[in-house]
Amino acid sequence: MFAYIGRRIAAMFVILFGSSFLIYNAAAYAGDPTEGLRGSTTPQAHQKLLALIRELHLNVPPPARYFIWLKGIGKFFTGNIDLGLTRDHTPVSTAISNAIPITIRLITLSFILAILIGIGFGIVSALRQYTRFDYAMTFFAFLMYSLPIFWVAVLLKAYLAISFNNFLLDGRIAPIWILSASVVSGFFWAALISGTRQRVIAIFAISGAATSALLALLSVTKWLTHPGLGPIMMLVLGGGIAVGITYISTGLSNKPALRSSLTVVAIGFIVYFPVEYFLKKYASLSTILVMLVVTLAIAIGVSYIFAKIDRRPVVRTSVITSIFVGILFIIDKLMKTWVPYVNTDAIHQRPIPTISQSNNLLPSGNFWFSSLDTVLHLVLPTIALVLITMAGYIRYSRGTMLEVMNQDYIRTARAKGLPERTVIMRHAFRNTLIPITTILVVDTASILGGAIITENVFGWRGMGTQFNLAVHNQDLNLLMGVFLFTASLVIMANLVADLLYSALDPRIRVVGKK
Amino acid sequence: MNIRNIFGRRAELVEVDPDADIFNKETEGLSQGQIVRKRFFRHRGAMISLIVLLSLLIFVFSTLGFKIFGIGYGGWWKYKITDIPNLRTQGCSIELPGCPTLDLIPGKNFGLGDHPFGQDDLGRDYFALVMRGAERSVEVMVVIGMVAGFFGIVVGAIAGFYRGVIDASLMRLVDFIITIPTLVIGSVLGYHFGSKGVLFLALFLGLVSWGGLSRLVRGDFLTLREREFVDAARVAGASNRRIIFKHILPNAIGIIIVNVTLIMSGAILLEAALSYLGFGVVPPDVSLGLLISQYQDSFTTRPWLFWYPGMIIIIVALSVNFIGDGLRDAFDPRQRRRISRKDRAAEHQSAAKK
Repeated sequence: MFAYIGRRIAAMFVILFGSSFLIYNAAAYAGDPTEGLRGSTTPQAHQKLLALIRELHLNVPPPARYFIWLKGIGKFFTGNIDLGLTRDHTPVSTAISNAIPITIRLITLSFILAILIGIGFGIVSALRQYTRFDYAMTFFAFLMYSLPIFWVAVLLKAYLAISFNNFLLDGRIAPIWILSASVVSGFFWAALISGTRQRVIAIFAISGAATSALLALLSVTKWLTHPGLGPIMMLVLGGGIAVGITYISTGLSNKPALRSSLTVVAIGFIVYFPVEYFLKKYASLSTILVMLVVTLAIAIGVSYIFAKIDRRPVVRTSVITSIFVGILFIIDKLMKTWVPYVNTDAIHQRPIPTISQSNNLLPSGNFWFSSLDTVLHLVLPTIALVLITMAGYIRYSRGTMLEVMNQDYIRTARAKGLPERTVIMRHAFRNTLIPITTILVVDTASILGGAIITENVFGWRGMGTQFNLAVHNQDLNLLMGVFLFTASLVIMANLVADLLYSALDPRIRVVGKK
Repeated sequence: MNIRNIFGRRAELVEVDPDADIFNKETEGLSQGQIVRKRFFRHRGAMISLIVLLSLLIFVFSTLGFKIFGIGYGGWWKYKITDIPNLRTQGCSIELPGCPTLDLIPGKNFGLGDHPFGQDDLGRDYFALVMRGAERSVEVMVVIGMVAGFFGIVVGAIAGFYRGVIDASLMRLVDFIITIPTLVIGSVLGYHFGSKGVLFLALFLGLVSWGGLSRLVRGDFLTLREREFVDAARVAGASNRRIIFKHILPNAIGIIIVNVTLIMSGAILLEAALSYLGFGVVPPDVSLGLLISQYQDSFTTRPWLFWYPGMIIIIVALSVNFIGDGLRDAFDPRQRRRISRKDRAAEHQSAAKK
């Protein structure tokens, strides 16, 4: 095992060496950094040119210059890696390490959402193979797959940000919108749950009516301009979440799981005001982390009280529920920050921004203000990225799920009389996750390098911007820095994917061929 | 303990498939190619996409005309991309001259009109610009598909067929290429070679996007070369070249075709993205990505400048994706069409008659 990993890491260095040599020379021969200065007529142009040539070793031909660059990289083994200087004379490593957190912030949420939604839709689509829902999902996935992200981004900016901000000035939903949203939601739920004709019609009517009632309520109470959850809403939503998670995780017949997850929600309801006070008084990231730990401890403790035997599924259910309850608390707090946030001068009643990763004009020092600001800046890029990336996951998880559902062990599971929920969640879903996990790991790396366009459209100053700058300024060191980062991520992700595959699937062993 | 040991003879678990008869009857006496063709023609999404794509291509390439080997066709559209007619004010609001005249609702103004896609701020006919952009994008797509397909097949086939040292070294080369994100190398090359012409750019992009395909082809060749029919051919004295081209390649063609279509649908988006970032096609030449990038700021004032190029990209990419999906279904031997109640009833009736 360790020999295998060692061999793979050695191979990784070889590959990195080869591909960096390739791209270094391609970039060096393709662009001349002195181009701008050669045409210049300023008196110091010649001196500057000489200085530039000296600084970047431009008198050395690219294949040999590569090794000068590599010598700096070689210091990685002594602890202080030297990636050279950018054209602005700042170290490349600084430029990159400033950019990485921004890119990570940009992609994390969208990646998680794309995975959850994509896999969820893909699996339901496979379970409802050849139904209208399946066809609609297939078409939707292909459509998303064919969309240029920058085109979607411009549409989102126009309709979601500018029009939505205009709409928020008033906050009342027009009847025509309520009607169409209800029809869409009716179709969606009817297709999703499906069944006999009467049932489909009933589901359509119920979900449509529920949607209109909800939207009308939101409109009348002006909730959209004065959002907030409050303890009662938290209890209702939490109860729904608890039942839903228990249904998926263990089935409602598992009484200890249901009881303990509902108890977790009830505890959340009881401590609503103390927690609220706590979040306000000690607002910081570490407070949230401490509360997360406390929440998990409570969830585990509760499940130990309710379950005497077979504790694992109960613990799992209540832990997931408790995390959702925690998220509800955060959402509630952010919503309460909404009104003062929107009314600050920096925001000026236009909360959804179209550009940049944060608003510099905001009064600093307020944790919830800056958190809400970050969240709102994430809205548009996240929607764009989710739409585009989830298409692949819908297709992939649908295909895998269909393959798994045709396996003999699924038939065996059904034949021995297991309930359909157990067959799908325990036998089929888990096996579907094996190939999906590995593809996800590889995707993490490529997305990190591939948010170039999204960053460009939404004006985030992350890795993509650095890369853009590097190509436009013929900044070879910066380009190589960005490349080295993304390429090593891709290679490491491939290694992790292979190891994960063998860990998840006992039929595959990582010994490599002899 | 297995069944054979208990009963002392070979026992087979016969899978009871109520629809087996229908499928067997459908494919009876047909060659592989005929079965694939039949399945593909039955894939409704793929067929619609094929028709849409073909008519779009004919429309696009006939609009401005083309010239191949001296044989030229002038095109039926009255404007060229270099023409700068006056901005049309009639029928538009005063602030927004040059609005589109395309009218798909039957009536007095039905038809293309003078400027179907409107005019840009200078007055250039946007229909001509979009059609030229679509030509460029399709050319880039086809060239990338062909170059990547060629290298993917050749490298994959050689590596998979000869194995050993050749395989190992070729696959390391593929590793190098796969490590480099296509957008990264595409930008570096496109930024410097984009000005040398679209086809040059497409050629370079094709040279960096064959890695995945070659891995798949290699995998297929590795399994196929161990099959009995290859042994039979070798015993009969066939040369390596004959085995590769006549015996293995036709069996691997499914994977190849499907993946080349996927590369092509990715290629049109790649070109658009590069041109959008300013690393692809450069003015005075036109491409759809470039048009979107040039006119994205005018979305609030002249939305048509933004909508039409995007729509063309989506139509082309979507149809290519659907065609790829149809081909995948057609080539997949496990793939079965959905049996409707009518088919099953007919089958039961005919079985009852017997």
